[in-house]
Amino acid sequence: MEITQQDVEKVAQLARLAVTTSEKGAFAKQLSQILTHVDRLNQYDTTEVEPTTTVMGQVNVFRDDVIRPSLPSDKALANAPEREADGFVVPKILEER
Amino acid sequence: MSLHNLTLIGLQQKFTAGEATAMEIVRAYSLRIGQVEPKVRAFVTQAREAACEQAEVLDRKLKRWRRTMPLSGMPLAVKDNICTDGVPTTCSSRMLQNFVPPYDASVIGKLRAQDYILLGKTNLDEFAMGSSTENSAFGPSRNPWNLRCVPGGSSGGSAAAVAAEECVAALGSDTGGSIRQPAAFCGVVGLKPTYGRVSRYGLVAFASSLDQIGPITRNVSDAAFLLGAIAGHDPLDSTSIDRPVPDYMKALQKKDLKRLRVGVPVEFFTEGLDPEVDHAIRSAIEELRHLGAEVKEIRLPRTDAAVAVYYVIATAEASSNLARFDGVKFGFRAKETKDLLDLYIKTRQEGFGPEVKRRIMLGTYVLSAGYYDAYYGKAQAVRTLVCQDFEAAFKEVDVIVTPTTPTPAFKLGEKSEDPLQMYLSDIFTISVNLAGLPAISLPCGFSKAGLPIGLQLIGRAFEEETVLRAAHAYEQSTQWHQKKPMIR
Repeated sequence: MEITQQDVEKVAQLARLAVTTSEKGAFAKQLSQILTHVDRLNQYDTTEVEPTTTVMGQVNVFRDDVIRPSLPSDKALANAPEREADGFVVPKILEER
Repeated sequence: MSLHNLTLIGLQQKFTAGEATAMEIVRAYSLRIGQVEPKVRAFVTQAREAACEQAEVLDRKLKRWRRTMPLSGMPLAVKDNICTDGVPTTCSSRMLQNFVPPYDASVIGKLRAQDYILLGKTNLDEFAMGSSTENSAFGPSRNPWNLRCVPGGSSGGSAAAVAAEECVAALGSDTGGSIRQPAAFCGVVGLKPTYGRVSRYGLVAFASSLDQIGPITRNVSDAAFLLGAIAGHDPLDSTSIDRPVPDYMKALQKKDLKRLRVGVPVEFFTEGLDPEVDHAIRSAIEELRHLGAEVKEIRLPRTDAAVAVYYVIATAEASSNLARFDGVKFGFRAKETKDLLDLYIKTRQEGFGPEVKRRIMLGTYVLSAGYYDAYYGKAQAVRTLVCQDFEAAFKEVDVIVTPTTPTPAFKLGEKSEDPLQMYLSDIFTISVNLAGLPAISLPCGFSKAGLPIGLQLIGRAFEEETVLRAAHAYEQSTQWHQKKPMIR
């Protein structure tokens, strides 16, 4: 599978990453190599094969919906890059009209 | 003999008998770390002061009431992707350089409840993505057997710390071989438990269907001992399994391997396998036979597909798991951003290293519209075939024996420019994670250049006891685990 620099750009945008021009070329080449290796999976016929979603056969695990102690807000906010009172500060997302 | 030379069980006996205080143990290790750490660079964070405090509190407590638990006073190192309350947990990434977890991983809670002592957090490939620690944002660790070689990865810091006697034992995590491969490269024992045997709560997620925490130790008994301390069901990890934890030490009591059926998969002995590794593994197989095991050839025909399946599934899961690093609630945040989207993009651009970006992009690609079925769906289906290979094999044998790695440790820089070559170095360990099975790596020889070679034993799900028993019998009949590196 050949990955172009445009593909890299598109994927980077989906993944919320920026890539420099030099990275773009390198990633295109490396991802192409890796996906070419991955192409070998096509030699296996899987039309009748169930995909593996969990190896130990677990199904949904439920618990009772009960209140239990949680982190105090000061501790939860201790790693915040920017905080104000009891909240995380982020750039505003609404434009002024 | 100095305290840092002892095994976990040896040190534990000494401590329980009152022949060494916790403070004496911590001092001995501080001294040792001071001597070798500048060369080995196993740690991201050393917790010397906290360790001294813990030791002091423990010694005082024991003076009042002499009651020790199995890991009381035992100085351990922990891979830096396992959350430790109040001690930085960086994942060797700029993204989490200043992150101090507000809680303990469940495994750490268990160790803490037994009064263990945390000596520090060990280096890894950023977010556990890599096979050499060269992807660490803080620089690579070194192999204690040859400082120009990599210690393996991603738990390279933990394996190097155990080999260099900078801790008595360590925890690592294994997604595609990240405990076993560095254990093999550093000449120590590394055990990846069955998926679900040990809680992943508080392990920074890389690929959630593959990740598992496990012990890295100086010998097989220590691995059995430490596994017993961390295993068990945890309501906080819905993929952990509710099954009783057996007494793993008991499994080691049987010294011969009579009636044990050992399978040797022909697919693992092909070109690309270093002749010295090949020789060491074949000698080890002879030794297993000598111990009474019945050895037979088996087939795992889909081995060839494992690396490809892995790099689709692991990167897909990683791209999803690492979406949380957005610069909002914790971790790194880029400066001077114009809006929220710009904040996300710049934060991730500056916070992640190249291998993490490569894997996020690969994972995003294989999950994206138009490619999902061709890559992700296909890989999940072939994963089923890989599991079926093991199921069929385990009808005929009880344990599968293979090399842990195709070669001994490679040189720093040797593979760092070629991601695919680096990925292919995990070829013997990856399929075990895809099938969720337990596997151990233990020393089985040395190359002419003096580098350790690792033997891998794979068992059925939840049959850690069988794996440990076979590994222990082999270890006890050889001397490999007693060799120690000259660090220079």
